[in-house]
Amino acid sequence: MPKVTVDGQEIEVPAGATVLQACELAGKEIPRFCYHERLSIAGNCRMCLVEVKPGPPKPQASCALPATEGQEIRTDSEMVKKAREGVMEFLLINHPLDCPICDQGGECDLQDQSVAYGRGGSRYHEHKRAVTSKNMGPLIKTTMTRCIHCTRCVRFSEEIAGVDEIGALYRGEDMQITTYLEQAAKHEMSANVIDLCPVGALTSAPYAYEARPWELKKTLSIDVSDAIGANIRLDSRGREVLRALPRVNDDVNEEWISDKARYQVDGLTRRRLDKVWVRKEGKLAQASWAEAFDAIAAAKPGASIAAVAGDLLDCETMYAAKALLKASGSSLIESRQTGMDYDCLNLAAINFNSTLAGIETADAVLIIGANLRWEAPLVNVRLRKAVKRGAKVFVVGPEWETTYPATFLGAEASVLGNLPAELTDAFKGAERPAVILGAGGFAAGAHAKALSLAHELGCVKKGWNGFNALHIAAARMGAVMLGFAQKGGIADLVAAKPKVLLALGADEVDFSKFDGSLKVYIGHHGDKGAHAADIILPASAFSEKAGTYVNTEGRVQMADKAVFAPGDAREDWTILRALADALGVKVGFDSFDQLRAAMIAEVPALGEEGLADYGALAATVAGDTSPSGPIPSPIKDFYLTNPIARASVVMQQCSNELLLGDALKEAAE
Amino acid sequence: MSLADKDRIFTNVYGFQDWGLQAAQARGDWDNTKKLMEVGQDAIIDEIKASGLRGRGGAGFPTGMKWSFMPKESKDGRPSFLVINADESEPGSCKDREIIRHDPHKLVEGALIAGFAMRARAAYIYIRGEYIREAETLFAAVEQAYDAGLLGKNAAGSGYDFDVYVHRGAGAYICGEETAMIESLEGKKGQPRLKPPFPAGAGLYGCPTTVNNVESIAVVPTILRRGASWFSSFGRENNKGTKLFQISGHVNKPCVVEEAMSITFEELIEKHCGGIRGGWDNLLAVIPGGSSVPLVPGEQIRNAFMDFDGLKELGSGLGTAGVIVMDKSTDVVRAISRLSYFYKHESCGQCTPCREGTGWMWRVMKRLETGDAEIEEIDMLHQVTKQVEGHTICALGDAAAWPIQGLIKHFRPEIERRITERAGAMQEAAE
Amino acid sequence: MAARKIAPDTPELRAQWGSWTFNEETKAKADKAIARYPEGRQRSATMPLLDYAQRQVGAETNTQGWLPLPVIEYVAAYLDQPVIRVLEVATFYTMYNLEPVGKFHVQVCGTTPCMLRGSDDIIAACKARGMKAGHVSDDGLWSFTEVECMGNCATAPMVQINDDNYEDLTAERMDAVLDALARGEQPKTGTQEPGRHTSEPANALSNLTQMVEENHDYRGEW
Ligand SMILES: Cc1cc2nc3c(=O)[nH]c(=O)nc-3n(C[C@H](O)[C@H](O)[C@H](O)COP(=O)(O)O)c2cc1C
Ligand code: SF4
Ligand code: FES
Repeated sequence: MPKVTVDGQEIEVPAGATVLQACELAGKEIPRFCYHERLSIAGNCRMCLVEVKPGPPKPQASCALPATEGQEIRTDSEMVKKAREGVMEFLLINHPLDCPICDQGGECDLQDQSVAYGRGGSRYHEHKRAVTSKNMGPLIKTTMTRCIHCTRCVRFSEEIAGVDEIGALYRGEDMQITTYLEQAAKHEMSANVIDLCPVGALTSAPYAYEARPWELKKTLSIDVSDAIGANIRLDSRGREVLRALPRVNDDVNEEWISDKARYQVDGLTRRRLDKVWVRKEGKLAQASWAEAFDAIAAAKPGASIAAVAGDLLDCETMYAAKALLKASGSSLIESRQTGMDYDCLNLAAINFNSTLAGIETADAVLIIGANLRWEAPLVNVRLRKAVKRGAKVFVVGPEWETTYPATFLGAEASVLGNLPAELTDAFKGAERPAVILGAGGFAAGAHAKALSLAHELGCVKKGWNGFNALHIAAARMGAVMLGFAQKGGIADLVAAKPKVLLALGADEVDFSKFDGSLKVYIGHHGDKGAHAADIILPASAFSEKAGTYVNTEGRVQMADKAVFAPGDAREDWTILRALADALGVKVGFDSFDQLRAAMIAEVPALGEEGLADYGALAATVAGDTSPSGPIPSPIKDFYLTNPIARASVVMQQCSNELLLGDALKEAAE
Repeated sequence: MSLADKDRIFTNVYGFQDWGLQAAQARGDWDNTKKLMEVGQDAIIDEIKASGLRGRGGAGFPTGMKWSFMPKESKDGRPSFLVINADESEPGSCKDREIIRHDPHKLVEGALIAGFAMRARAAYIYIRGEYIREAETLFAAVEQAYDAGLLGKNAAGSGYDFDVYVHRGAGAYICGEETAMIESLEGKKGQPRLKPPFPAGAGLYGCPTTVNNVESIAVVPTILRRGASWFSSFGRENNKGTKLFQISGHVNKPCVVEEAMSITFEELIEKHCGGIRGGWDNLLAVIPGGSSVPLVPGEQIRNAFMDFDGLKELGSGLGTAGVIVMDKSTDVVRAISRLSYFYKHESCGQCTPCREGTGWMWRVMKRLETGDAEIEEIDMLHQVTKQVEGHTICALGDAAAWPIQGLIKHFRPEIERRITERAGAMQEAAE
Repeated sequence: MAARKIAPDTPELRAQWGSWTFNEETKAKADKAIARYPEGRQRSATMPLLDYAQRQVGAETNTQGWLPLPVIEYVAAYLDQPVIRVLEVATFYTMYNLEPVGKFHVQVCGTTPCMLRGSDDIIAACKARGMKAGHVSDDGLWSFTEVECMGNCATAPMVQINDDNYEDLTAERMDAVLDALARGEQPKTGTQEPGRHTSEPANALSNLTQMVEENHDYRGEW
């Protein structure tokens, strides 16, 4: 732990810290453009210059200089002030004066730092350089004349995303940042470069000219587009969410989010259910709440009522539904919409036990039926780090384009019974081996086998639990904690032939199996569930209600309400509460707070943010121990996995241009 | 007294004789190299230290000391590398080319001995791309050495395994900077790395690496053959040895010549270059060490010692000893402005002050050529050079700043004259 | 002094170069180059391979050669590298031609040491023949670039034409060289100064005189 002085103040800094970090620890602000905690150090912008003794009699780039014992660092000297002014001036000479029309305005590092460290007027009388803008696809708008060549975007795509597609061509003052042949950035995390870009060179194309940052209300939320629970911030104006941005959470999403998490939000205002609908003579017709509730009551379900929870649901909604059914005498609740029936008795056996951050330290990984790039891009990024540190990765399941070296062993589940020596050897030598069982693996009935393999391959030991279930539904872990899992899965519900089926934002169910039931859809989008419904009760999307979510590693997190739901739509729990009245049963809560308290009373873990304790991992679970047959790919289109995304123009465009684009092009040739 | 031919290391520097192995051996190269190596690695390093050899690539860092920074053993299995800098792209410099095309075996033998001394596994010789024929010779010389058992397994019978590879550049001055060279060797753009880590710790492929200039390496076998004291008998204290000077510009006989360090400028020019064009009174200024060092007015340099310290005293430097002579016919503003263009052209673009500053400086210089500027802009330009100097990742920024600073220091009245005259002419035209 | 730019990616370009591959000879050279670097470091061979590719294209088009995008893609695939990384290299180093060039690439050094010795005249001689930067002459013979210091300062001014240098030029000597090339002859390379061998003081050798006639061994005098 070296001791250094910063502007005369002595502090001790962690070994391996840089001078920049030392200055920050001492409470000094160090301006920077190229430096970013999560990227390699480039040291190219030269904005972070400080004076350091001992050392050459010139300012040093603090971002790149290790802090060493006895250093005297000055951030407040004349030399430093001059250096910053000089660099600022250089950055600005070829930067256009277009702040008033630049979307970065108000959140631009260059703008802020030039105010703080610049010298005021410009002494540059030559022509400014003009750089043509580059196409980077439907998400990233480029204005390359504004580029200050910090190379953050280049480093992100190469180091984090693992898709080498952005580069700096030419040299000197002619250097230009571009994608190869200006092709669209093609990976699931591409838009993070927008956040990384310290100036207005890379801005959000869908959000272009929508708003200025100071007009926006900022709400802390949780992404529901996959089961990772990325921490996000929703920026809204009035009733509209204008954008989603990542929040920093090292345990979950570091500071990235997927393009879907970021850009599905325009789907929040499209194809919305904002009226009550009741099917009359085979056709859905607008109705009042009272008519709808009367119609449900008229079915006299009694205990013959079932509920299916959709993939985006918060725990409170699910608990409210469960309470309603319980009061009616039913326990027919399920969340695995597509029919899976894996054993949920031991929650640790369906959890991502090594934790998201922990998987970075794994050294041998077997993925069973998961396309990480599509099902959990944020986990993929972590695994890439593990591979960079030397981890070996094997995949059983359909092939996908990995962003690191990986060995595909075949797409048949039977491969699991006959793993090659290459794999077993790698696991034998590994200290932190792990198995990741994805949705495809669950669907292929490989749960029990995966668990026994994890034990056999030494993935579970003191201080390390490498058995990991990777779900794709944001609601999944919360649902199973609340008991939304029948032994036989949704088939149990079908078999019970309920008079009333509540579909809670459930859009992936095969409703034809519920022909005899009165199907009540409580949800927010006119998607598959609504089409099959007899009665539609308009509810709230995740952005329109407060709620608790549990991610695939069992992490309990809470989201706030950003905006009000449109039209007649209500928060889900109030609908269920009113339905209880209509059905003449008592659920025991009249407010959201009461609901939450009751939920926590039943499942205490949901009351505590952080990782839930699921106890010891079972040695075995029920199920086939020698599964066979092809492992399916549950996701057909990364951009269109949920009703919000399917309603999003931007996601449609991405799907067309980035996924279908190549296929269409080939077809045209 | 100037250097005797018998004390010249590069006896075939003009290529009057064959460069090939046999001819080189007849001149003394590869003569019992094994014996030179038998004294052991540390003894070789000590001998080079004692000789006073300072790096010939420009910065003048003591060569023996540099070698001693290399690890004595590999604790983690990483090999060490010697990288030989044959990028020679500094305007005014053209000495390594002569070594390579006319005396390549001195370099190849030096590579083996130096590589052995620093415990390197192999040497990569990075030769600038434009030296096309020179590279052909170098490839051939290396192949000759392999064929003769002088390289490869048990090189020259020494019991040491050592490889020498040639890597051609493709047009980028910046690759002469040692870390840019390493990047380029790795197949990337030649953009200098941040230091630390220094190459001796983590260089080529992350392995311990020393980068040395061609001349620094090529003189090593002769120093070992003749002894440190022989080499250090030339030149002043701290400025020892013989040195290849390259004299271009307005002398009667431009040439490359090996001379003793600390020879005076006048002697160098009179002896080998047939004097200044139009006589000494016609001498305007000299850039004594390649384009990166500030110019020195003619009257100041005449009696100067051509060595590191002598030229430092004049506010300039020995650099590569590429001596650019300008007589009074020279448009000195244009001469420097053209160098500014060079630096703008060669900036790698990585760091802000250099990428933006070199272009700015050149554009102002271009206007100063014709006087199309305000007097205040001279000071502004000077400030801009100060904003670049010392603020960049590598020394290219400094190199771009110094020539302009030298010009302003010594020729400010000339710049002002142009501005005033032009302003006057514009005034007249307007009236 | 022309700004470099990549020849645009057009259907014609793809049609002409889309199926380009190394020929046997280039392939052998390429593999030899790759072997110069440690296992797994084949990226190091990017520069030699781009050079060989350019030369093969040159031989195929009877020009100095250049690097069409599909050729760059081929090199990237050959080395198992992302294309963008190889394109970065191709655009960074000035010796890779990004657009078609003529049979002879006339590269006149215009940096200060050459300028002091009259490179203006050499450039003027080229311009007088209609050469201009970034442009191939109508007869397909000439491309012209003013280049930075080529390391021939003691024999300035100079020009590099394809693989050879012509030094100690005057406008007349330059014309003679170009005329010879145009006629399909190979002019004498190196210095054009009568009586000068290489970089010695011209016709006034000040040292190493014994080397002129014979391969003198000075060791006897040590
Ligand atoms: C921009 C720049 C260009 C350089 N070019 C060369 C060069 O062409 N040849 C060379 O030997 N050294 C060059 N150097 C110096 C090298 O970085 C390095 O100091 C040298 O090769 C070390 O060798 P030496 O110790 O034998 O002198 C250059 C340095 C800079 C900053
Ligand atoms: S000083 Fe210039 S050449 Fe050196 S790293 Fe910076 S931009 Fe590149
Ligand atoms: S933040 Fe240190 S150089 Fe950019």
